[in-house]
Amino acid sequence: MNKISSILSRSQDKQKRGRVLSFAIVIIAYIIIEIMLKTGSLSSLFSSLLVPVTCYVVAAIGLNLNVGISGELNLGQAGFMSVGAFCAVCVSGILAGTVTAGIPRLIISMICGAALAAFFGFLIGIPVLKLQGDYLAIVTLAFGQIIKSVFMNAYIGIDSEGLHYSFVDSSFKLQPGGKMLLNGPMGATGTAKIANFTVGIVLIIIALLIVYNLMFSRSGRAIMAARDNRIAAESVGIPISRTKMLAFVVSAALAGAAGALYGLNYSTLVPNKFDFNTSILILVYVVLGGLGNMTGTIISTVILILLPELLRSLQDYRMLIYAVVLILIMLVTNNEQLKSKWKSLTGRKAKGGASNG
Amino acid sequence: MQFLSYLINGLGLGSVYAIIALGYTMVYGIAKMLNFAHGDIIMVGAYIAFFAITKFSLPFPAALMAAILVCTVLGVVIERLAYKPLRQATSLAVLITAIGVSYFLQNGAQILWSSSSKVFPSVISSGEIRLGSASVSYLTLITIATCIVVMICLTLFINKTKTGSAMRACSEDKGASMLMGINVNRIISITFAIGSGLAAIASVLLASTYPSVYPTMGSMPGIKAFTAAVFGGIGSIPGAFVGGLILGIIEIFAKAYISTQLSDAIVFAVLIVILLIKPTGLLGKKINVKV
Repeated sequence: MNKISSILSRSQDKQKRGRVLSFAIVIIAYIIIEIMLKTGSLSSLFSSLLVPVTCYVVAAIGLNLNVGISGELNLGQAGFMSVGAFCAVCVSGILAGTVTAGIPRLIISMICGAALAAFFGFLIGIPVLKLQGDYLAIVTLAFGQIIKSVFMNAYIGIDSEGLHYSFVDSSFKLQPGGKMLLNGPMGATGTAKIANFTVGIVLIIIALLIVYNLMFSRSGRAIMAARDNRIAAESVGIPISRTKMLAFVVSAALAGAAGALYGLNYSTLVPNKFDFNTSILILVYVVLGGLGNMTGTIISTVILILLPELLRSLQDYRMLIYAVVLILIMLVTNNEQLKSKWKSLTGRKAKGGASNG
Repeated sequence: MQFLSYLINGLGLGSVYAIIALGYTMVYGIAKMLNFAHGDIIMVGAYIAFFAITKFSLPFPAALMAAILVCTVLGVVIERLAYKPLRQATSLAVLITAIGVSYFLQNGAQILWSSSSKVFPSVISSGEIRLGSASVSYLTLITIATCIVVMICLTLFINKTKTGSAMRACSEDKGASMLMGINVNRIISITFAIGSGLAAIASVLLASTYPSVYPTMGSMPGIKAFTAAVFGGIGSIPGAFVGGLILGIIEIFAKAYISTQLSDAIVFAVLIVILLIKPTGLLGKKINVKV
């Protein structure tokens, strides 16, 4: 009995350490980057990447909740980002006259984006209750495609008479002084860039708080139990569909908030930005970082976004090398033989280093 | 009667999807993996056929054979190098590896053959046949005929030959088939070879219908065919055939009667509705022949 409780408390300690580590990494990274920004030692390329990186980190944390904790493959995370982004752009455009300060408008827009994405998450979650495995994956894939084609055909304008919208073309006439918010395939243009890096970091911390609180709560344990053994979980009275829905909606809301921040970071945003490839890219961040491991997700997202930029000098070959690196990492981390070889290699290296030092 | 010509065009497009979906569904049935690089094998096939016809001025059948040969070899090599080491790994790890292979093929093609699109020569005569008041191009008829021939050959192969029954055994229980003396690795290689060969056939039909060849040309048909495979019940060969045809018909009808731009949204919305009614796809579970 004592042994069990000591093992339990040790594993809880480990989880706690993991949690503290992820917050520490985010805060230390923020401080270092802020110092570098102040001293001007960050190239313009990297400083332009700061906000997108935080957006993808939040979206990936959300997806990890879905794929890692809840165990459901989601191929449409970019769809939820898209909903959040275009909703936020519209809200920000509508509020431009009334709420002039950037930060409050950004926060209101992000909340609206997250709420709308959560609503869509709920709608898509209904099939989630019925389907399993690859059939669920295809529904999320289909959702991403539908959202993309809907925004490709959405025309929304605002003028003194209120909102105008159409799904055919921009045939409606706007009063003088009116403004197009969404312009079909051209997307949102002329958006006020009100996103900033600090808000992104705060969003990451909020996302981590939400996900950790969920993971280590009663509902979180129910979600993981439903993932590990659906039948056993059901037999002890866990409402499977409700717990899975919870994870799905929270994941969608985080993606929506991330998308909102992303959308308000650029003056133009096309619907094609959030296509199937983006969903897949976020999935790659999650799987490489480790399922259910939020610290790993943050690190792998940052590395994988920076990798193509660091390889920029190789020009055309950079994405080819990126692909090879991706395949090799998957092979090394998942094949038993290669894994042991890798371990012996790095082990020898470490020993060599110790004797030298 | 516009309806009839739309229907036949839909069957034509659906036949291409069906041939691609067969590759997806066979690989899924045997190796239990979603091969996301399948769409990019189509792209490679289209490039090979393009160069065979324009650079080496080979006749069309020879170009088709070259494409099939290259794609088959490519499929087997990819399986050996990237997927075989991951036989024991989780399905997500294999999925990410397949995505890596897909990036590799797309970017490799971009470096080798540049990202600008090339015009595929029209090799199949552009004549038309009149069926009552509807006119149908030869190309559409050839596409439908090819799909039917492929389907018949594949069904015969799987049901009548020894390799075919080994495939069925593997899809049901890999461990038991190994004990029965079936070389599972060889069967998986053969499955990849057949799937990739079919992708080559589909690539030539696709490039003839929409005559442009570019490095990302395979991704959208790939996603649609994957959808078709799930639609029909993934792992089921008749399911992939039926799913592909229905998907093609829905797409053409949506384009013709509702909206060209929203056709993709309609196709995927119908898919979600059908999965809500039949959660394992049209011919899921019912069919025992799962390969």
